[in-house]
Amino acid sequence: MTLEILGITVLWTFLFGYVIVGSIDYGAGFFNAYSIMTKKEHVLSNIIQRYLSPVWEVTNVFFVFFFVGVVGFFPQTAYYFGTIFLIPGSIALLLLAVRGSYYAFETYVSRGHKGYAFMYGLSGLLIPASLSIVLTISEGGFVHIEDGNPVLDYWALFTSPLSWSIVVLSIVAVLYISAVFLTWYANKTGDRDATELMRKYALFWAGPLIITAGGIIYELRFHNPAHYEQLLGLWWMFALSFILWLATVWFLWKRTNYAAAVWLLVGQFAFAFYGYGISHFPYLLYPVLTVHEGFTNKAMAISLVIVFILGLALLIPSLYLLLKLFLFDKTYLKGKNKKE
Amino acid sequence: MLLEDPVFASRFLTLLTLSFHIIYATIGVGVPLMIMIAQWIGIRKNDEHYILMARRWARGFVVTVAVGVVTGTAIGLQLSLLWPRFMELAGQIIALPLFMEVFAFFFEAIFLGIYLYTWDRFEDQRKHLLLLIPVALGAGMSAFFITVVNSFMNTPHGFDIVDGQLTNANPILAMFNPAMPTKVAHVLATAYMTVAFMLAAIAAFKLLKGSGHVYHKKALNMTMKIGLIFAIAAAIIGDFSGKFLAVYQPEKLAAAEWHFETEEGAPLLLYGLLGDDNEVKGALKIPYALSILAFGHPMSEVIGLEEFPEEETPPLAVHYFFDLMVTIGVFMIFLALVYWIGTRWNWEFVKAKWYRWLIVLGGPLSFLAIEAGWWMAEVGRQPWILRGIMTVEEAATTSDYVGLMSILFVVLYIVLGIGTIVVLRRLFKNNPVEKELANAKGGDKA
Repeated sequence: MTLEILGITVLWTFLFGYVIVGSIDYGAGFFNAYSIMTKKEHVLSNIIQRYLSPVWEVTNVFFVFFFVGVVGFFPQTAYYFGTIFLIPGSIALLLLAVRGSYYAFETYVSRGHKGYAFMYGLSGLLIPASLSIVLTISEGGFVHIEDGNPVLDYWALFTSPLSWSIVVLSIVAVLYISAVFLTWYANKTGDRDATELMRKYALFWAGPLIITAGGIIYELRFHNPAHYEQLLGLWWMFALSFILWLATVWFLWKRTNYAAAVWLLVGQFAFAFYGYGISHFPYLLYPVLTVHEGFTNKAMAISLVIVFILGLALLIPSLYLLLKLFLFDKTYLKGKNKKE
Repeated sequence: MLLEDPVFASRFLTLLTLSFHIIYATIGVGVPLMIMIAQWIGIRKNDEHYILMARRWARGFVVTVAVGVVTGTAIGLQLSLLWPRFMELAGQIIALPLFMEVFAFFFEAIFLGIYLYTWDRFEDQRKHLLLLIPVALGAGMSAFFITVVNSFMNTPHGFDIVDGQLTNANPILAMFNPAMPTKVAHVLATAYMTVAFMLAAIAAFKLLKGSGHVYHKKALNMTMKIGLIFAIAAAIIGDFSGKFLAVYQPEKLAAAEWHFETEEGAPLLLYGLLGDDNEVKGALKIPYALSILAFGHPMSEVIGLEEFPEEETPPLAVHYFFDLMVTIGVFMIFLALVYWIGTRWNWEFVKAKWYRWLIVLGGPLSFLAIEAGWWMAEVGRQPWILRGIMTVEEAATTSDYVGLMSILFVVLYIVLGIGTIVVLRRLFKNNPVEKELANAKGGDKA
C-alpha cells in the first residue's frame, strides 16, 4: 500500500466515523425538538439528553480531524476546495456554532427552553446538507478555472438534480441512522415507550433512504459516466449493503436484537460509503485533482502517519473508557448516579 | 466598500474570529489548570470549599468551552477558506503540529466529558483529580501545538525553496523554529495569568457585593498567588521575546518601538503619539533601555526601520498595542505583589473596597493585554503571512462574498458573546455558594 492510499483510507475512515456519530448526534437533536413540538418530550428527551451530553464535543472533533487531516495529507485540496467552498463552508460553520453553543446553553443552564431546542434540531439537519455539497462538487462539472483560479458555478450547482438528491440523502440518512441507534439505546435504558417511538421513526425512514440512495446511482449515470462505470464494477459492495439494510429492517420489524440492528446498519453504511469512495478513486476533485498529484511530500507523510498511530494509541483507550462509563454502564443507562 | 476586496475582507474576518476566539481559548487553556489546583488543594487540606470551587469553576467552564470549540472549529476551517494558497504551502511543512493539536483536543474533549458527567459517581475525590489531569494537559498541549504553527509563520524554517518549488521539507525542524520557545512559553504563561486574575476578579466582586463568605476569600488568595507567579513568568519570557525579535524579526521590534534609525545605545519609547513625518510627540524616553531589551547590553546596536524597504515594514500602530500590553502586565504584577505582601503583613488597605475594585478591574484588563499582545504580534508581521516568503495578498482567497460572510460572522459573534454573558450570569446568580454549601451539608450532595 502506498502512503497516499494509506492517507486517503485513514481520512475516509474518519469521515465515515463522523458520518455515523454525527448522524446520531444531528438526528437526536432533531427528534428531541420534534418530540417537544408534538408534546412527546416526556418520552424522548430524557434518553436523548443522557446520550448526547458526554459525547457532543467528541463528535465535533471527528469533523475537525477530517479537515485538518485532508490539508495535512493533501495540501492542494486546501487550495481547490478552500477557494470553492467559501459559502457552503461558512454556512456550515455558522450552523455548527449555533448548534454547539445552544446545546451547552440549554443543557447546562435553562433546560427545556423550546427556542433553543428548536434551533438545535433545525441546525442539525441543515449541517449535513451544507457539508454534503462538497461531495457533489467533487463529482466535477461545477467548477471551472478562471485566471488560473477555480470558480464555483452556483447556478449549475443549485439546478442540478444530483446535488439535491445528495442533500436529501444526507438528511434521510441522518434521521435513519439516529433512529436505529436510539431504538437500541432506549431499549438498553429499559424505556419501553421511547423504544417503540424510535422504532417507528426508524421504520418510517428506512424506505426513503434506499430510494434516494438508488436514485443517486441512477443520476450519476448522466452526470459523471466514468464514475458510474466504476460504481457498477463494485456492484457487489452495494448489493451487500442492500442485504444488510434488509436485515436491519427485519430485526426492527420483529422487535428483536436491536444491538445486531445497529451493527448491521454500520455495516450497511460502511459498504456503501467505501464502495462510493473506492469508485471515486483516484480523483479528489474530478477531473482536476487526483490523490497522487495532491499528495504531500514524503517526510511530512511519514511523520503524519507516525503521529496518527501514536495518537490512536492514546485515543482508543480513552474512547473505550468513555463508552464504558456512559454507553455501557448499567447504572448510568438507567439514570442513576452511583457511588463507588 | 472595503469589504468587497477579498484580501481586506479575509484579513478582517480572520482578525475578528481570532480576537473573539482567543478570549475563550485563553479561558480554555487556563481554567482546567485552576480547577485541577483547587481540587488538589481541596484533597490535601481536606477542605470542601476548594472542592466546591473546582466544581463551580468547571460548571461555568463548560459554557465557555462550547463557544471556544465552535469558534475554534470556525478558525480551523476558515484558514483553508480564506487563505487557500497559504494552507496549500503550509500544509506541506506545518501540518504535523496542526494534526497533533487535533489529537490533544480530542484527548481533552474525552476526559472533560467524563469529568463533567461523573460528578458524583466516585466517593474518592482523588479519582476526580485523576480525570482532571488529562484535561489540563490536553488544554496546554493544544495551546502548545497551535502556537507552534503561529511561530512557524513568523520564522519559517525547515525547508528550502528552489525555483518556486518547496524541497527538503523537514517537519520536525519546522516545528522547532526559532520563534517557538518564546512564543509558546509566553502564550502559556499569559493564559494562566489571565485566567487566575479573571477568577480573582470574580471572587473580589463577590466580596464587594456583600458576600463575606470565607469561600470567596480563599478563592481570592489562591488565584492572586497563582496570578502573581505567572505574571512574573510572563514578564521574564516577554524580555526573552524582545531579544528574539531583535535578532529574527528586527522590523517588528523597530515598528513597536518607533525606532527608525539604526543606532547603538538605543532608547526605549513609552507611550506618546506619532505625528506626520514619523515625528514622535510626548513619549517617555528611557535611555539605553531598548538596547538592553534587545541584546542585554546598553551599548549594543539595534536595527532601525530605515533598513527595510517601505513595502516590507509593519504598520506603526503596533507601538500602541505594545504599550498597552506591557503597561497592563506591569500593573498586574504590582497589584498582585502588593496584595500578597499585604495579606502576609496584615496591611489593612488590601482588604479595602478600592483595592478590591482594582482587582475586579484586573480581570478584563488582563484579557485586553492578551488581545493587544496578539494584535502586536500579528499586525507586526505585516505584510507577510509567512515572513519573507508569502505576503497576505498572495495568500488570500480569490473568491467573492468574503465581505458578506464577514457580516454574518459579526452577527454570530455578537449573539454568542451576549449569550455567554447571559447564561453565565444566570448559572451563578440563582445558585450562590452559600446555598450550595448548605445543600451539601444537608447530606444530599448536589
